[in-house]
Amino acid sequence: MNWRTFYAMLQRDGHVARRNLLPMLLQNLLQPLLLTFVFGRVLTSSGMMKSEYKNILLPGIMAISMMLSGIQAVAMPLIAELQFTREIEDRLLAPMGTQWLAVEKIVAGMIQALVSGLVVIPAAWLAMGSGVHISFDHFPIFAAICLLVALLSASGGLALGCSIGQTQIGLMYSLVVAPMMMFGCAYYPWSALKFAPVLQYAVLINPLVYASEGLRGALMPGEPHIPGMAVVGALTAMDAALLVFGLRQFQRKTVG
Amino acid sequence: MGIGMRLEDLRKVYDSPPPSAARGGAFSFGLVRSGPGDRGRKKFETVALDGIALEIRAGEIFGLLGPNGAGKSTTIGILTTRIRPTSGRAFIGDLDVWQEPVKAKLLIGVVPQRPNLDFALTAREILLFHGAYFRQGARERARRSAELLEKFKLTDRADQNVRGFSGGMMQRLSIARAMMHDPQVLFLDEPSAGLDPQTRLLLWDIVRDYNRQGKTIVLTTHYMDEADELCDRLAIIDHGRIIAQGSPKELKSSIPGGYLIRLKFDRVPEGLAADFQQLPGVTEVVAAAGAGGIDVYAGSGGPLIGPIMSAAQARGAELHDVHIAEPSLETLFLHHTGRSLRD
Repeated sequence: MNWRTFYAMLQRDGHVARRNLLPMLLQNLLQPLLLTFVFGRVLTSSGMMKSEYKNILLPGIMAISMMLSGIQAVAMPLIAELQFTREIEDRLLAPMGTQWLAVEKIVAGMIQALVSGLVVIPAAWLAMGSGVHISFDHFPIFAAICLLVALLSASGGLALGCSIGQTQIGLMYSLVVAPMMMFGCAYYPWSALKFAPVLQYAVLINPLVYASEGLRGALMPGEPHIPGMAVVGALTAMDAALLVFGLRQFQRKTVG
Repeated sequence: MGIGMRLEDLRKVYDSPPPSAARGGAFSFGLVRSGPGDRGRKKFETVALDGIALEIRAGEIFGLLGPNGAGKSTTIGILTTRIRPTSGRAFIGDLDVWQEPVKAKLLIGVVPQRPNLDFALTAREILLFHGAYFRQGARERARRSAELLEKFKLTDRADQNVRGFSGGMMQRLSIARAMMHDPQVLFLDEPSAGLDPQTRLLLWDIVRDYNRQGKTIVLTTHYMDEADELCDRLAIIDHGRIIAQGSPKELKSSIPGGYLIRLKFDRVPEGLAADFQQLPGVTEVVAAAGAGGIDVYAGSGGPLIGPIMSAAQARGAELHDVHIAEPSLETLFLHHTGRSLRD
């Protein structure tokens, strides 16, 4: 394995990301922050929702931000580069195994997802005002879940980016991303779905459920959440599946 | 000091649309029915290469000449690790490209058919990052990129994003990028497609100059003059097969007679072709595509028109059109395929 080439490609992605920092942050953070403001500030301050709702919401918003930015960081450039501009060819011809380029994309996507997720904490705090109680008592599990969620979003981005066409991006948002966000237990804990048992178990195929619930359990252990070990197990399994599928699709798309 | 290449019986069959690496031109669609293993279902496949065997010598400029869809880009794709052959082997030096692709990539530089520059970067950054991918040190990268930008007349635009570059500038930068890591073999896929005549001449100079440093150059083209001017040796490809190879001179002298007289009559009476065959200097008479067409290969052109006219009149055929082609690769291609390269 040629780490110097790998590192040079990471530097390239970092360079491009830094150049596009502001639009990227706006793209990934504006929507979650607006949601935070409306649900976490307007509705709670006006008394239409209880103030404790803020604690439920913050980990969910963090999970959404991480998922969206990881998927976006990996899938969007890949869709364009594989089909239209073929910009990726110069890196495919670099002296490194083809699949390592996909690994590099995942590492770059994970870094972006982690940055987006960590930026949410102070930003959402500001948007929601007082009354949020985050605990960092369970830091190791928090860090582990953050890494697993980042890997989930980046490998999901790889799988999507190598599977859908340029004309299907809109469809991807309405058919994959939107339902994932709504049924991802980001705006409510999983236990809130108890009223509809079929739905409650159906949403378990949604990876965002484990991201939201895992972060909720790590940051707000007092709120209802799926047990940490179950979350870690599910995230690990989903990461592995998406990674294997994504790498295979990448190989298929890039080598004729 | 230069590296040769060897292709052994390469075949490539696409069972789905070819990937981006081979796309660009139209495709020749050979229809193949798959074997009995497919439970009798009919399945259509695209045969892009049908047993290509080639030897490219170290330090030569080698050309792959053929119409769109002949298999040129697929051949380059296999040699540059971008397209996996269905069967057969490809060697760069002693390296089996598909056994050790990473080592092979270190030896080659590739200029693609259409520019695929990294649009997120400036011209200089494209060269610097390319050097970094190829493990060049920072100082070496800076020096080499500045040299290449200067050589390719891009210095004044070096720090601009390449999105706004003209086609010719992108092409120049693509070549500079391919040379950045000083590869032993340079591949150029249709390098002069879409270039104005001046830029084309500049390109030829650059290619010759790089070749003089002992590097092997492989290029594809469907321009006869480019193949003729630039290449030491050529392979003419059509429908995934090599139909002729050798130096331009050898190839041209292999055309019977050398001159080609393309004739078009209102009809071709019996015996007319035989009459032409009797004329002095005529080496071969072939019925050409289309009704009333006859191709005459001969040692001369103009002086034969009179005798041809008399012979035709004696048979009652009326001449509609005549075209005399001097010995060229174009006539060679016609001779082998019965089609013009532009068809």
